[in-house]
Order: sequence, then C-alpha cells, then structure tokens
Amino acid sequence: MRLTCPLCGDRDRREFYYRGAAVALHRPAPDAGVAAWDDYVHLRDNPAGETRDLWHHEAGCGAWLVVTRHTVTHAVLEVALAQDEGAAG
Amino acid sequence: MVDLEAKKPCAGLLPVAHPGTELVEVDLGALTSIAPFAGQQDAVSVALQNAYRLGFPAPNRTTGTKDRRLIWFGRQMVLLAGPAPAAALQKNAALTDQTDAWASVSLSGNRAEDVLARLVPIDLRRAQFGTGHTARTLLGHMNASITRTGADRFLILVFRSMAVTLVHDLNQAMEAVAARR
Ligand SMILES: [Zn+2]
Repeated sequence: MRLTCPLCGDRDRREFYYRGAAVALHRPAPDAGVAAWDDYVHLRDNPAGETRDLWHHEAGCGAWLVVTRHTVTHAVLEVALAQDEGAAG
Repeated sequence: MVDLEAKKPCAGLLPVAHPGTELVEVDLGALTSIAPFAGQQDAVSVALQNAYRLGFPAPNRTTGTKDRRLIWFGRQMVLLAGPAPAAALQKNAALTDQTDAWASVSLSGNRAEDVLARLVPIDLRRAQFGTGHTARTLLGHMNASITRTGADRFLILVFRSMAVTLVHDLNQAMEAVAARR
C-alpha cells in the first residue's frame, strides 16, 4: 500500500501511522449535547464503499492527512492535508 | 577554568570507508528549526532573504550551500544549518535550537546510491533526486532527513540518540555493497 502525501509525494505505507475515522476533525461544541458527543466519541460508520481516515505522515513531513479510500476495491481516492479541512471549519 | 570540549554524536565511530563509499561525520554549525507562525511564511521568507540571501525552500528542496543552508524539514518547517538565527526571524516564526539534537553524516562515493537503496524506501537516484533535493523519510527504522549535496554525496541527519545505529546500519550496507562489486 502506498499513499501520496501532498507534501512529500508517493510514499510507502510504513512511513504512516493510522489514527481512525476523519470525524476527529469535526469535534462538536462543548455544549452540543450528549447525543452529539456520544456520536462523535463512539459511533462510526462501517461503509462498503468510500471512507475517510486520518493518517499521520510520521516518518515523513509530520503532516496529518485525510485519506479517502474505498473499502471494497481498496483504491486510495484522495490524500489531502488535514490542515486544509481544519481551516475550512 | 576547565576548557570543555563538546563531544560529537559520532565520536569514535567515524570515519569509515569501503570500496566505492565513504562515511564521515560533518559539523554543520548551528542548527535551528524555523516554523513560521500561521500565515507568516512570506514574512519569514523576506527575513531569510535579508539575513542570509536565501529563499524559504519549497517542500523537498534546500537552498544555500555548505556554510549556510536551509533544509526543508517537514510541514511548515525548515532547518537553518550554519549561522546563528537572525533576531528578525523571531517575530514571525518559532525558532528552536537543535544544534545538539542531530547526528549529521555525509555519505559519498560512486556506490552511495546503492547503499541508500538498501535502507531507504524512496528513490534517491539522480534522475529522481538531484543535488539540492531533500526528503524526510526512513533510514532503516529511523526517521531521517536526507539531502543530496553533490553528484555522489548525501547529507544524512537522524536523532542524536541513534548515532550508533545510524553508523552501524550504514556501515553494514556499505560492506554488503562493496562485497557485490
Ligand atoms: Zn509527508
């Protein structure tokens, strides 16, 4: 498996650390309520299709990346800097 | 007063040489990481131009030469190697003294690429990785900064605590490459 880091280029999987679903970028407001926080902390989709994960380019540039991949075909569809999604809100 | 002498990270380990490759420790002078505050990269670039006549390097690139070099060092970070950091830089960037934090070695020779091909998971051949190109990647299991400083010469940095492993891994690969001549 290889990921194309937007900064470093095409790299081997061993340079990356997997974090989990990219929902971590969208933390609810502190007063969003129990349901929103329960969803954020515990509930995850398990799609047969596209999913978005957070990966850390730990042995490279150190950037957090949002990787869009297809769980059926294993295709990696997009790799973007998490910083850009964070800036967008 | 006792005159204390700093011990180099690779003291007693280098230099080593094998047919086709040579590995020596290099003294880069002061090392300072420069991490521009959010949105301040242009201002930092101007300050670097004024202080050193060097531009802020793009990802995977370096600017400057031997005595004063800027090495792209990761997301929104460059490493200044050589001079002490100019005071003007403090306004727009986080500066961290890294002088004693890294082991710095130079691997050279016409088989240097072959040695690194055994340890590094990216293509460092000249067609892909020219002089002045740099990468943050792995060397064995160590996070490293690798820069091509010449036709057959690489500058390699790893955390100082890994100096012995760095020399061991490189020396072993140098030996193995020489044996297959
Ligand atoms: Zn990267």
